[in-house]
Amino acid sequence: MKNTEAPQDHTSLEKFTKEVLYVTDENGKYTTQLSSGWKVKADALGISWQAALEKINTAKQKVLNKEASPILFFMELNLMELSILSDYTGFWQFNIKRHLKPSVFAKLSNKKLQIYADVFGVTIEQLKNCEASEN
Amino acid sequence: MKIDFKHIQSAHCENGVTTNLLQHAGVHQITEPLAFGIGAGIFYIHIPFMKVNDGPAISFRTAPGTIFRRTCKLLGIKTEHKTFRTKEKASSFLENCLEQNQPVGCQVGVYFLTYFPKEYRFHFNAHNLVVYGKEADNYLISDPVMETVTTLSSYDLERVRFAKGALAPNGHIYFPKEKKQINSEVIRKAIVKGIKHASWFMTETPVPILGTNGIKFTAKRIVKWHEKLGTKTTGIYLAQLVRMQEEIGTGGGGFRFVYAAFLEQAYQYLPNQILLETSTDFSVIGDLWRTAAVHAAGIYRGRTTEKADFKIMSEMLLEIAGKEHTAFQKLLKTKYD
Repeated sequence: MKNTEAPQDHTSLEKFTKEVLYVTDENGKYTTQLSSGWKVKADALGISWQAALEKINTAKQKVLNKEASPILFFMELNLMELSILSDYTGFWQFNIKRHLKPSVFAKLSNKKLQIYADVFGVTIEQLKNCEASEN
Repeated sequence: MKIDFKHIQSAHCENGVTTNLLQHAGVHQITEPLAFGIGAGIFYIHIPFMKVNDGPAISFRTAPGTIFRRTCKLLGIKTEHKTFRTKEKASSFLENCLEQNQPVGCQVGVYFLTYFPKEYRFHFNAHNLVVYGKEADNYLISDPVMETVTTLSSYDLERVRFAKGALAPNGHIYFPKEKKQINSEVIRKAIVKGIKHASWFMTETPVPILGTNGIKFTAKRIVKWHEKLGTKTTGIYLAQLVRMQEEIGTGGGGFRFVYAAFLEQAYQYLPNQILLETSTDFSVIGDLWRTAAVHAAGIYRGRTTEKADFKIMSEMLLEIAGKEHTAFQKLLKTKYD
């Protein structure tokens, strides 16, 4: 990539830093240049987010239809998979799968609910009502 | 307390941490491309049957800590690596290091990293940064992908050091144990070893998912994905490939430009024409990766979604794999000295 070809597109990257690219100068020697981002990869990031949002909405709908417990919604909202949630909570995946059933969730002790609430950064009330906090 | 530490921005976080820590330890010749090349950071793997963020598990980067470990080992500098069971031990060890005027590298997760914008925060645990001091409750952070230094509260630092999931850092902390001057002879030998290791790894490992074979593997998969999973899912998968290849920390073209820069710098220590030749080869290969990314973007934006387009994408990767194989073989078969 020549230094003149380094992309300078407006992307969300701009908000926090510019990135270093390795480019060649007029003499074909390598040097570094700052770039504010590239549309191609900003779109790739956008596609991944879109897919994640779709999953969150599906999860929300499932909770509203009483097909799943709010834990599913918060799990998707935090981009977590069963394995990651299991690591954060210390519950086995097998147990989390049970907690995803509304009937089992309704009987969960406050102690267990608090563990989930802490991981998701919400209160127990918010957890039960499926309200995401702003953070 | 605040240690006198020079923050230099770099393309890849681990290169940056390695370079900045080694500079601090007295190795003034070290640059990002040199650290990357000596540490044999160039890499490719496509793990089948595994998903990351609902996409294929593809990586252009080595396991966290590898570049630092290899570079220091080849330069003959002793290092300290530590992981911790408890958060208390982790933070008291960090405090101790800082009191002894030792800046340290930390492996962290990105998801709770407060100074990153939300768009970039995924559960990704192989980010690296340097802690070089503490003021009140705030740790002074030199994150090599950032233009300037920044800070993290002790709570936030603890949270990212103990992020969970794949490759969980467990408070992983590392730094060079000694201050040392290095002469050019040592660097020359390290460069040769680094080149041999990387080119052997990329072309000679008898595993179909590693190195240039891995790129071919991905190329063949793209056609299969399209047949089995349809246009949309394949698009999402390709977006994931582009993110791995181009996202901050790669210097563009999946590290190929950094490697080309390394070969160019290596020539100053090791005047062998092959190095300059392959440096040009890798510039071309890097550009090919970027062209492939543009083509992939056409697919995931939904503009070019004919069957032929996936075939072209696949052929582009096959071409890259072929070119890389030739270039690495050239590097591997050359006798330096």
